[in-house]
Amino acid sequence: MSFLPSLESPQTIDVSLGPQHPSTHGVFRMNVTLDGETVTRLQPVFGYLHRNHEKIAEGNSWLAAMPYTDRLDYICPLTNNWAYALAVEKLAGIEVAERAEFIRVITAELTRLQNHVAFLGFVLGDMGAWGTALMYAFREREKILDLFESLTGARMMCNYMRFGGCRCDLPPGWLDTTRKLVDGFPKFLDEMEALLTGNEILLARLQGVAPMTADRAINGGMSGPVLRAAGVDYDIRKVDNYGIYNRFKFRVPRGTVGDCYDRFMIRVLEARESVGILKQAIAVIPEGPVVNPKAKQRGFRPPAGEAYGRIEGPKGELGFYLIADGSDKPYRFRIRPPSLINLTLLEELCVGTKIADVMVILGSIDIVLGEVDR
Amino acid sequence: MNDVLEAIRTALPQAIVELVNNPGPSAQHSLLVGRKDARAVAEFLRDSLGFDFCSNVSGVDWPPRKVKETVLNTEMVDGVEKEIKTTVERDVPGYLEAVYHLYSIRNKTGPVTLRVRTGDRDADVSVHSLTPVWKSADFQEREAFDLFGIRFDGHPDLRRILMWEEFADHPMRKDYMAPDDFEYEPTPHDKILAKVKARTEAA
Repeated sequence: MSFLPSLESPQTIDVSLGPQHPSTHGVFRMNVTLDGETVTRLQPVFGYLHRNHEKIAEGNSWLAAMPYTDRLDYICPLTNNWAYALAVEKLAGIEVAERAEFIRVITAELTRLQNHVAFLGFVLGDMGAWGTALMYAFREREKILDLFESLTGARMMCNYMRFGGCRCDLPPGWLDTTRKLVDGFPKFLDEMEALLTGNEILLARLQGVAPMTADRAINGGMSGPVLRAAGVDYDIRKVDNYGIYNRFKFRVPRGTVGDCYDRFMIRVLEARESVGILKQAIAVIPEGPVVNPKAKQRGFRPPAGEAYGRIEGPKGELGFYLIADGSDKPYRFRIRPPSLINLTLLEELCVGTKIADVMVILGSIDIVLGEVDR
Repeated sequence: MNDVLEAIRTALPQAIVELVNNPGPSAQHSLLVGRKDARAVAEFLRDSLGFDFCSNVSGVDWPPRKVKETVLNTEMVDGVEKEIKTTVERDVPGYLEAVYHLYSIRNKTGPVTLRVRTGDRDADVSVHSLTPVWKSADFQEREAFDLFGIRFDGHPDLRRILMWEEFADHPMRKDYMAPDDFEYEPTPHDKILAKVKARTEAA
């Protein structure tokens, strides 16, 4: 951090938060102008983790872009895989194997669970509850990562989805372990809530901080939990009905005022709904092939055209815009990163609040820098 | 998509809007909007048709290319009419494209794809910014400016976003070549090596 007298007025000082600040979730920098402790201006600075993912993907084959998508939002690799596979399937008109659809839903909801659990830990870390809450959260997250490891061979860099299905079938006993974990999960959420949601300090730090109206959230391009916390009923799983989400019963939780507390609680509620989806999916998953045998993976050449495919990622709307020119490489490979676009309103949310709240507001949006900078 | 196009043509008869066909199986057709009319069309889409959510903004680079076309000509050969196929090469000038994917959260419809093209790839690269219409285009238009070099007139804060300010080129363009000494920087080590070399040569 550096402190400089501001150029704008002798009353204010400029503070550079980051890129190495412990609370900024990675190499993210905010140039903040402070009047006393109150934020009067905030400029996010991006690009510290930029490696031009899109250019790399345009130089590789269609399949070779799949492992790169793991590195976007490295907390939730399987939903990134799915979003890319979905866009390619739209582009080339590929049918997905029935069993693979179930596996996709199960892995995606597990990803959502572990993302939201990790989020709870991170936000509490931002508020100064160092260690304890994060350790509890990561204990549960680690169990889910163990499941990913036994399924895909990697805890975080899964590279699991393929065009028209998944790379391999579930290992023996995997569903039983998952069922056990899912059945025990509400108990953990209850425990976490008993510890936290009524906690006086937590309420004081979250309630009424940085509220967002529904209109502002829509115009600012917010998506996912941040949008729903502002009271908008919009879940892409319900709206687009991609995959087989129309076969499961689940509710879409919504906030009322869109403050940090709503953004915090909506994750807890969504995790509970994900548990419900998982239970339904595990109960009825059919046998069969896990990948469409007609879908080509290596040497895949989709017909010329373009497609925009999107899914409800744990952080928001994750979309891929692909243009094919009939060759074995994407002509244009564009990622719609929810983490970056959810930061659009960061300045509006932070101006007028105290400097200590900036970390909480940033934490409540839930970003991962691998996706922001790409 | 056709009813959206009809609605735009009825409400804004002077605006240049045409349908761009997508030959692929996704069948997501798009609307090519004239550069001057983009702002008016965007406001109409948001206010009258309810497309309140601009999801994705993307730059696309189309370098100049040659297109081969087969033309059928009827000619008189030895007093008999014959159809003769000739292949003509046509130059298509290059341009940059900004693509917007719009959804309606109120009506739960979409996507509507808008495309706006620049005049060429060097001098005439300005289009109207749609950030005043949808705030969500803010960072994404900055990204298209940074990586493709599309200038968005009326953008409140058009700066590079991912590359650093001093960077000169636009890396997402198809003809961009990364310099091969990208990671070279002179270090104290080089001076020492030079000294060592001079000493060994003198000895």
